[in-house]
Amino acid sequence: MTPMTEIQVGESLQQVQLEPVTRLDLIKYAGASGDFNPIHTIDEDATNAGLPGIIAHGMWTMGNLAKLFTPYLEAGFIEDYAIRFRNMVFIDDVLTLQAVLKNEEKNKKEFKVAAVNQKGQEVVNGTVVFRLYEVTTAG
Amino acid sequence: MFKELIGKRSIPVKNVIERGAVKKFAEAINDPAPIYIDEETGKASRYGRNIAPPTFPITLEYGTIEEFVLPTKGLIHGEQKFHYKRPLFVGEEVYGVTEIKNYYERTGSFGKMGFLVIERQGADAKGELIYTEEQIIIINEAARKGMPV
Repeated sequence: MTPMTEIQVGESLQQVQLEPVTRLDLIKYAGASGDFNPIHTIDEDATNAGLPGIIAHGMWTMGNLAKLFTPYLEAGFIEDYAIRFRNMVFIDDVLTLQAVLKNEEKNKKEFKVAAVNQKGQEVVNGTVVFRLYEVTTAG
Repeated sequence: MFKELIGKRSIPVKNVIERGAVKKFAEAINDPAPIYIDEETGKASRYGRNIAPPTFPITLEYGTIEEFVLPTKGLIHGEQKFHYKRPLFVGEEVYGVTEIKNYYERTGSFGKMGFLVIERQGADAKGELIYTEEQIIIINEAARKGMPV
């Protein structure tokens, strides 16, 4: 793993492909988050809401995406994490988590982040500003 | 109806960042990393303890705003932001407060939509801000008309 301080603008963090989304994933997230909106877990409620099937909580995807930065938490922390929810995530979708360094100044690195589905659509995208405890000397 | 609520705040609510809740949450987002859930790793880290995943504050309580009721249907979570002064620590007390920051309407291809901006803050026991969270909730016209207000 390249240390966070040595990642250059234009470079990406190691991307992660998640296992296909299951109903159990969403039931677990409902329990862990306290968001029991049934469009995320119960077919009938999703259908009644005009959806083709149950959809993942946007926050489930946003929560997953942050894991790209977890290996670097000894070097710094996520200061800003801003996400737009672009497309719905359905059961069996396969998401790939991506982060590419866009800008850096002093001790802050700004990444463009996205979760992309098997059709190549960005289901969520946004930015992460990772703040380093030590000021970068390289780059 | 939402416009009149701009600027309204809740009374702060005390939360405790529970180890078991953080573990369950970390597992549910496929990120059960030792820095979140393993006590020894937390002690040996620069933090001297475990921390919580950045989206964990979504699980906490922020109190209620009088007269503020969201429709149960027709809502879309449009955007979500977190801004941290420092990571959130497992075991600490966090005082949560929420405020209606803004409400505006826009007409687009799906008809008239309402955009509700809700801010939530978490502060430590001394009142020092730990993080700010902002959500934009999009409300469709049918849902607004169905509201009791």
